Amino acid sequence: MDGLDTGAENTWCPGCGNFGILRAVKKAVQRLEETGVERDRLVICAGIGCHGKIFDYLHLSGLYSLHGRSVAAVSGMKMANPELRPIAFVGDGDAYGEGLAHLLFAAKRNMDVTVLVHNNGVYALTTGQFTPTTARGARTRSSPRGNVEEPFHPLALLLEAGATLVARGYPGRLDHLAELIVQAVQHPGFAMVDILQPCVTFHDTYKEYNKKVEVLEEPLDYPGALVLARERDRLPIGIFYRTEKPVYHRELHGDLHPIRDSLSRKQRWQLVQKLLSGETNE
Amino acid sequence: MVVTGDYSAAYGALICDVDVVAAYPITPQTFIVEDFSEFVADGLTDAEFVKVESEHSAMSACIAAQAAGARTFTATASQGLALMHEMLFVAAALHLPIVMPVVNRTLAAPIGIWCEYNDTMPERDTGWLQVYCETNQEVLDMVIQSYKIGEHRDVMLPVMPSMDAFILSHTVEPVHAPSTDEVADFLPRYQPQAILDTSNPMTIGSFAPPEYIQEIRYQSEVTMQKAREVIQQVNDDFAQTFGRDYHGLIEEYRTDDADVVLITMGTVTGTAREVVDDMRREGKKVGLVKLRFFRPFPLQELRRVAENVEAMGVYDRAMSFGSGGPAFIETRHALYGLDIPVVNFLAGLGGRDVVKEDVRLMFEKTLKAAKEGRAENETVWIGTRGVKP
Ligand SMILES: Cc1ncc(C[n+]2csc(CCOP(=O)(O)OP(=O)(O)O)c2C)c(N)n1
Ligand code: SF4
Ligand SMILES: [Mg+2]
Repeated sequence: MDGLDTGAENTWCPGCGNFGILRAVKKAVQRLEETGVERDRLVICAGIGCHGKIFDYLHLSGLYSLHGRSVAAVSGMKMANPELRPIAFVGDGDAYGEGLAHLLFAAKRNMDVTVLVHNNGVYALTTGQFTPTTARGARTRSSPRGNVEEPFHPLALLLEAGATLVARGYPGRLDHLAELIVQAVQHPGFAMVDILQPCVTFHDTYKEYNKKVEVLEEPLDYPGALVLARERDRLPIGIFYRTEKPVYHRELHGDLHPIRDSLSRKQRWQLVQKLLSGETNE
Repeated sequence: MVVTGDYSAAYGALICDVDVVAAYPITPQTFIVEDFSEFVADGLTDAEFVKVESEHSAMSACIAAQAAGARTFTATASQGLALMHEMLFVAAALHLPIVMPVVNRTLAAPIGIWCEYNDTMPERDTGWLQVYCETNQEVLDMVIQSYKIGEHRDVMLPVMPSMDAFILSHTVEPVHAPSTDEVADFLPRYQPQAILDTSNPMTIGSFAPPEYIQEIRYQSEVTMQKAREVIQQVNDDFAQTFGRDYHGLIEEYRTDDADVVLITMGTVTGTAREVVDDMRREGKKVGLVKLRFFRPFPLQELRRVAENVEAMGVYDRAMSFGSGGPAFIETRHALYGLDIPVVNFLAGLGGRDVVKEDVRLMFEKTLKAAKEGRAENETVWIGTRGVKP
């Protein structure tokens, strides 16, 4: 028993890639504990979709957000309490579509959060419409004559936006995925793992992924990562790129912990008096 | 045909020969979009179907398409409608008669997918016409009527016909489907009054200082008031052409000689009709008003009904916290000065079933208020754990 089960009835379809993701997350939580990251520092957030149900299956604190908004929500968590390590579970429709702006801006700011994208190339919960990562030509419930749009290269997009850790994982390589999640959570800064998630009901990609997935041993330099992220025919998994940059909450208010270090009434009043008397901090 | 409410809405758009559809999927609206996708794929329509990345974009695209002279269609529910909020004002103030079926679904938090009117009620001040449907047939018929009403030269406003999540959206009923030709005779091509046109350039929706805005608001109110007449006229034309009469802003059921009347909306009306019949058989003089249009609100119609009864009950499937149910608030406004008790009933929130016993309780409480000349409690929550109705 890992103490991470909630007892909630699991309603994913048998064989869904989300099971592997759930298992990898549980492994990652245990490994993180072994390295000193306590479980109560991990807070989770989820979008709306099949992926979002993981929220119900993980015994971790969190906030269930709206479709597309969980990256904004984890940003708020981190800003309020920098000791937390927030993880957002998002979908491809959710984070690359409806809520794309939040994702790009969190990356641009180097917000110290982890985003795990359950990328199944479909709006699964709403039963099978195309998403920003659906291949051109794919026939879906909302594109019966074939999708006429080009899909995003999510990793390239996030590299351009300034993400400091960009990775791709696959639940068919469970241990590898668990390790990626550990690395992402430990990374000081914005980390995103795009997870190739087969959806057995609307977009079954197991065969294709099992054949194409190859492990990338080492992160690349920035130009190399960008080139590889744009590849359509190869499916490397692993950390594409990693760098360290100042994180947003520190840039903004240094070591201040907004909850713990909030000013007392007396301190606030003294500050106000100081301001009114024309003195400044400088 | 035997179809869902969602299919009825999609079919309505098909036979109204819409030019542009822009939509984003959300349960329980999804089938509307998918069914329409199928129509496009099967070559039944040459409408342009834009699958956008959010509801905000869907409404933005519809606004622009309608401004360019196209007849447009979209559909949404719950969170999707909330996300459209700011664009709804734009569509109405620009007098763009877009038609958007909304499947009434509870708005988070908590997340739920079942019926509640807390999604459409907050949009009642946007300038859209709102009509709540009872059957899948009414959904289809109101899509057709919505175009005719909205596009009327004296109205030119967007319309939101809505239906109860799952109870209509996902439940099949026999629906009589008019043909495209029949509808074409009833509903002529959309005649835009001002369009985006490269050979005759103009600006739509530009900046306006206080010197203009108040008149624009006044115009919106004038057209909304005009809509009252147009709704009745279109209802009557429709009844004549297709043989189905919805009676306009409200529909009365056994209100002649009634001592008390209950006002209901949406599918609860069907249940309430049966309860009225049951209670009538028991000798209780009860009647029913189906509140169809919420915008424009049937002020005079409800007042006329109230003048002949001793008490009124108002059923609400949403709450305006700190005040009352929206239908109740507005009904009391319509009845101002009349000295009869009005009781507000909250039931079915978040999709809880409203069954015959619940409706009977509403009637009984209203009858009691009539007898005593006052309501014991003005707001009654029915079927709420830990709360005595
Ligand atoms: C504002 C808003 N629009 C639409 C929806 C309906 N909705 C729920 S889940 C979903 C798509 C989910 O797709 P994705 O993010 O890829 O998650 P998946 O189900 O594939 O895991 C949509 C459109 C919503 N909840 N909120
Ligand atoms: S629909 Fe697809 S993503 Fe959703 S639970 Fe089933 S297999 Fe998984
Ligand atoms: Mg998806």
